[in-house]
Amino acid sequence: MARRDTTDPSVTWPRYVADRADRCRDPALRAFYAAGLPNPATPIADVEMVALDFETSGLDVHDHAIVSVGLVPFTLGRIRPAAGRYWVVRPPRPLDERSIRFHRITHAEVARAPDLEAILDELLSQLAGKIVVVHYRGIERPFLDAAVLARRGERCLFPVIDTMQLEAQFVRRGGWSRLRRFFGSPAASIRLGDCRARYGLPTYSAHHAKLDALATAELLQAQIARHYSPDTPIGELWT
Amino acid sequence: MEAEVQEIREHLRRFPPFDRLESAWLDRIAASVEVAYYRDGTSIQAYGEPIDSLRYVRSGAVEVYRHNGELYNRLSEGDIFGQAGLLHKQRVRFPAKAIEDTLLYLIPAEVFDRLCQEDDHFADFVELSGPRLKATVEQNERENDMMVTRVRRLVSRSPVLIEQTGLVRDAARLMTEQQVSAILLTERSSIEDDRAFVGEDGSHWRVAGILTDHDFRVRVLAAGGSGDTRLDQIKHAQVIAIQADESVYEAMLAMLRNNVHHLPVLQRRRPIGVVHLSDIVRYETHSSLYLVSNIFSQGSVKGLVRLMPDVRAAFLRLVDEGATSQMVGEAMSSIGRSLIRRLIELAEQELGPPPVPYCFMVNGSMARNDQTISTDQDNALILDDTFDPERHDAWFKALASRVSDGLDACGYPYCDGGIMATNDKWRQPLSVWRGYFEEWISEPDPERLLHSSIFFDLDPVHGEERFVEQLQDLVAERASRSPRFLAAMARNALNRTPPLGFFRTFVMEEDGKHNNSINIKRRGTAPLVDVIRVHALAVGSRSQNSFDRLDDITRADTLPAGQADKLRYALEFLSMVRIRHQAHDLKHHHSPDNNIEPENVSDAERHNLKDAFQVLSNAQKFLRFRYPTPGR
Repeated sequence: MARRDTTDPSVTWPRYVADRADRCRDPALRAFYAAGLPNPATPIADVEMVALDFETSGLDVHDHAIVSVGLVPFTLGRIRPAAGRYWVVRPPRPLDERSIRFHRITHAEVARAPDLEAILDELLSQLAGKIVVVHYRGIERPFLDAAVLARRGERCLFPVIDTMQLEAQFVRRGGWSRLRRFFGSPAASIRLGDCRARYGLPTYSAHHAKLDALATAELLQAQIARHYSPDTPIGELWT
Repeated sequence: MEAEVQEIREHLRRFPPFDRLESAWLDRIAASVEVAYYRDGTSIQAYGEPIDSLRYVRSGAVEVYRHNGELYNRLSEGDIFGQAGLLHKQRVRFPAKAIEDTLLYLIPAEVFDRLCQEDDHFADFVELSGPRLKATVEQNERENDMMVTRVRRLVSRSPVLIEQTGLVRDAARLMTEQQVSAILLTERSSIEDDRAFVGEDGSHWRVAGILTDHDFRVRVLAAGGSGDTRLDQIKHAQVIAIQADESVYEAMLAMLRNNVHHLPVLQRRRPIGVVHLSDIVRYETHSSLYLVSNIFSQGSVKGLVRLMPDVRAAFLRLVDEGATSQMVGEAMSSIGRSLIRRLIELAEQELGPPPVPYCFMVNGSMARNDQTISTDQDNALILDDTFDPERHDAWFKALASRVSDGLDACGYPYCDGGIMATNDKWRQPLSVWRGYFEEWISEPDPERLLHSSIFFDLDPVHGEERFVEQLQDLVAERASRSPRFLAAMARNALNRTPPLGFFRTFVMEEDGKHNNSINIKRRGTAPLVDVIRVHALAVGSRSQNSFDRLDDITRADTLPAGQADKLRYALEFLSMVRIRHQAHDLKHHHSPDNNIEPENVSDAERHNLKDAFQVLSNAQKFLRFRYPTPGR
């Protein structure tokens, strides 16, 4: 049992969050951690969540930075885009042309935008007390952590539900999937749009942080409806 | 605006009623939307649950049920539901279930309420202010120029008047000076006369007649008159006039009915002008009028056949101008009647005068004045009781076949059921017809009921109109007092039922099954006409047109409140869908039929059609309840 305690995220995350709440010096971070996590046994149907999406200037956390932030609060029953937020922020380094084409966020918009520092307190308070849902934690988690560390000198880590990881379990773990890969077929795509199509969810046009946050929230509702029950303990889903 | 609001907005605005909302409203709605996902097979809302939002199907499909579990509707992308609950104590009225994986947009109740208050079209759509069908039909009528334009607008100058004691020469000179083709005759009158008006001289006058260019030839020269003939000797006995605030359409009908080309226009009793056929022609509604006068100038069946492309053009023009189904039906029936009249005139020219008086009557759609473009002939002959088959029938048989063959050549095919005057059974003296009608009413059986449903829509076209009137009286008096007959007719009116509505590219039946197309006549207009006929017979109505019958039914007050109006809106809407479909076929060089394919039905039309089918279905249920099947 001791071994399980050190690796099971349903046990380790509450311990980590409680520890940070005690030791954080930055008031905003401290308040964020103090809001705490729900009991890992809480059914997902009873949990307040928030879908979070960043557009970044590239994929490497060392060279690139956050350009825009979108978030949409939701529960298993309702998604509330109107209660969500969207910010464009100015990265410390100038944007390169490629990422501009990708996001449709222009130099002018970025030039007018504030540094992430200006919105960070507000962002943290929007996330506080909720379970954050992302599609591919490999972006949101390291980029937020790095941005907070650079500005406040402290780490910012917390559990997230990753819809891409959930999807990978369903599409890549089946026997057929393994057989297909053995014969060289490409693995089923787990990109956001392709995942959504599997659940009959509509195609959204743009790459935009808030729209992608909405799309991620819808995807989680669909995944839970098809593969889980509303009673699934939240601790089994976060990572 | 944020991207997700934009995304939601762009979707909403493709579907009714959002497609007609102002931009600012779309923004407000899109910004307020919440989202929910339902897996295939899961319940979305249960009866009596609180409901806090209007549901909009973003993707997937939903089934909506009545409280008793019966399927009410099947919805797909762009459809809304939940409005009944929102308008009714915010409790779910119609339970719903996802039948595919479904994403819903939820429009909060506060936004919905404000929208209903501020946007009439939206309120109509969700039936806040009464049936949606009513709003649509009334909207069409408002938008229809021909109905709302008053005759007054066609009057370009004040009328030329002359006292009827004057001479033909004076009238001719005055008309030439003033460059008019018609002059109004006046006579001195008094204040007691209810048709008197005050002239420029301050004394009382009345319109005593009208004289046209045409009359100088026919009534003066051809009749042996001269410039010295007094006007009151040659005037028409009766002046057909129209009130200035009547519609242009009414003026057109007055000309059609009376076969005249000039109409004095009166402001109450004072003449303010004369409208000529060409004024109405200029006012674009010309073709059906032209056609009628053209029909009467044809000297052969061949000539009539050559006019048929014009009949189709007239039909298309009426539809394009936004005429109501009543206007189209009346114009097409008038054209059909004129054809028959002309065919009879041509036949009589060859066959000589009829050996005994007779009446040529039409039945079915022409009698009801609701003909469209593709329709077969239903007609019969009523002969005077002095008719002797040995001596007279050859003449009438020849007349019947000339009319019938002529109609067929003109594109009114022979009646499959043999309802034509060429059929010996339907070419009989009045007393035999009375016998038929009495027997059908007193001893109904399936064949007699079928006959009743055809022949009890009857109208004279040529000859002794009183023969048909006597039969109309007989039906009106006897049918209303024959409960067994009414019950049998009522059961007969239940044979053809409407579908439930549409789902994507299918017609959806009551049991949820799908079909690829629907015969809008068989499943819509015809059963509705049947239902209306039963109620009309029950109240002793003598009207033949379904809308007129509804007026009679309303006056008799035999239906639950508002029911007759619902039937009226449903009939108007279903008829217009049928008419527009036929116009579409004609334009694309298909032969017009009654089969509607759902992919050709617009989103807005679907909602109205569903409502109209519902009205018909309810009306049939009411008939079943009002005339229960007698115990065996």
